[in-house]
Amino acid sequence: MNVPVVQGATGQGRRGRSGRIGRSGRSGRSTEGWAGRVMAAPAVLLLVVFFLVPVVLCFVLAFTNARLVSPEPSTLIGLANFERLLHDPLFWQSLRNTFYFAVVVVPVQSALALVLALLVNGSSRGTNVFRTLYFIPVVTSIVVVSILWKFMYQQNGLVNHLLQAVSFNTIQGADWLANPSTAMPAIIAMSVWQAVGFHMVIWLSGLQTIPGELYEAAELDGTTPWQRFWHVTWPGLRNTRTFILVTITIAALSLFAQINVMTSGGPLGSTSTVVYQAVRVGFQQQETGYASAISLVFFALVLTISLVQRFLTRDKD
Amino acid sequence: MSSRPGGSQWSGPVLWAVRVLLACFFAFPIVFMLVSSLKPDDQIFADLSSVAAFLPTGSISLDNYRSVFETVPAGRFLLNSIVLSFLTVVLGVVVNSLAAFALSRLRWRESGLVLSAVIATLAVPFETFALPLLWWVNKLPWLVLQDGVPVWTFGWLDTYRVQIIPFIANAFSIYLYYSAFQSIPKELDEAARVDGASWWRIYRQVVMPLSGPATATVAILTFLPAWNQYLWPLMVVQSEELRPVMVGVSYFFQLNVEWGPMMAYASLITLPVLALFLAFQRAFIGSIASTGVKG
Repeated sequence: MNVPVVQGATGQGRRGRSGRIGRSGRSGRSTEGWAGRVMAAPAVLLLVVFFLVPVVLCFVLAFTNARLVSPEPSTLIGLANFERLLHDPLFWQSLRNTFYFAVVVVPVQSALALVLALLVNGSSRGTNVFRTLYFIPVVTSIVVVSILWKFMYQQNGLVNHLLQAVSFNTIQGADWLANPSTAMPAIIAMSVWQAVGFHMVIWLSGLQTIPGELYEAAELDGTTPWQRFWHVTWPGLRNTRTFILVTITIAALSLFAQINVMTSGGPLGSTSTVVYQAVRVGFQQQETGYASAISLVFFALVLTISLVQRFLTRDKD
Repeated sequence: MSSRPGGSQWSGPVLWAVRVLLACFFAFPIVFMLVSSLKPDDQIFADLSSVAAFLPTGSISLDNYRSVFETVPAGRFLLNSIVLSFLTVVLGVVVNSLAAFALSRLRWRESGLVLSAVIATLAVPFETFALPLLWWVNKLPWLVLQDGVPVWTFGWLDTYRVQIIPFIANAFSIYLYYSAFQSIPKELDEAARVDGASWWRIYRQVVMPLSGPATATVAILTFLPAWNQYLWPLMVVQSEELRPVMVGVSYFFQLNVEWGPMMAYASLITLPVLALFLAFQRAFIGSIASTGVKG
């Protein structure tokens, strides 16, 4: 149905150009201006109401004692929320846990994703099947994945049975989620399993931007696959690398659903995270002011880390 | 492809073994979930120590699914999620593509400012402002008709709209559409203008029909998070009849049901997405790949 229009475009291109010159008068320009504003208005309005206002509110509410539902108007209380934050042991523990999760997940997940991408790079039918299989956990909701692994992580669950089978009964598994020292590693393993396919696809799209001739030339020079990786593939993935680092880090710092479904922050606070604590404070305890202060710290964290990463991985030329 | 790293080395039997092992690693929990959903609890546990854990053997039935629909309003949850994600996708496609069209095609004074503001919002994760947003939507007004008279009410909590409207406008969708529209030659709409077509018509009949892949990408990238919504509905929805599927899992914690029905519910809310993915896997993977195109 767009074909006639396309033909019209080629046939009347010259007239189109002269037509624009003729329209440069005031009335033509201002209708175009208003059409633009009207068409952009719904999105702009929605972004202002549901993005800009809440972000600004986060900065304002953090300095108040606002509650989610309260008959009294909220009042400014200065830095009291932040002082409370400094003396809140659960906040520090949540911050530590969040860092622990991110520090392990970021390198492990990005490296494993790259290995997977290299394994299924190419266009043969076989690699396509594997790509699909590795990607299945990504389209499975993290909530479903969390219930499923909660079941598998039980003392007499599937994970321990598999560990026994693979190790010929030498490994006796733990009650993974009930133990403060194994709960977070268990959640880390599951989270990597779920999300690694996503970043595999990002690496793959990066790999596809590297021209094939570079590999051919390198091969003619008699290089080993390892040399080709370090001298052709790795430099060619520079932009992809930054993107992957930033997105995995932000996702890791936002850890919430797994905690809420699997452990509720326990045992003994060993899996509480910053976002989990913010939700507990702001939703269950209805303390919007304090939750905004926590969110603000989280915001600062995300911003700092992504800026630092962009700086460290910037173009050095 | 021999031009990719290694070529011949990468296709050796060892690498095939690695690929197969990894495929097992990624598939086994899903297979286990689907298979267990068909078994009674005592058999699930009995099968754990053998390969039977991954095979639909023994007393297989749909009893778990029946019990899910009897004990949990699962049908209602599914319907809610279908309606919510459908509306979010459709409205998102319209609103974001219109904005991108205005930014890419029309000259208006504030367009540069709007475009850079849209790009700046890409870096902010939802979790940073979810709690202030919760407080804010509880204050928002809404017009309702009472006996034919419009009356303002306040507070959006516990509604369908609070699960849809905040997620319609999406900076990344605007950005995707904007890049797609930029690659469509401007001569096309200039010619259509000369023929007397309105901007609305150019949007509908020239630009949008040429942007099918962008629409598929935006639809997929809106649908997945909409279907998987968890944190937000957990906070804003109290009523059972408004809950989406993911929040429905909390039912199984409260009622302390057995694992069989739980696996059945988990399978039930996963299978629609899994089926869509397998049917359109090229588009799904392509849409994820497009998120890596740096903005």
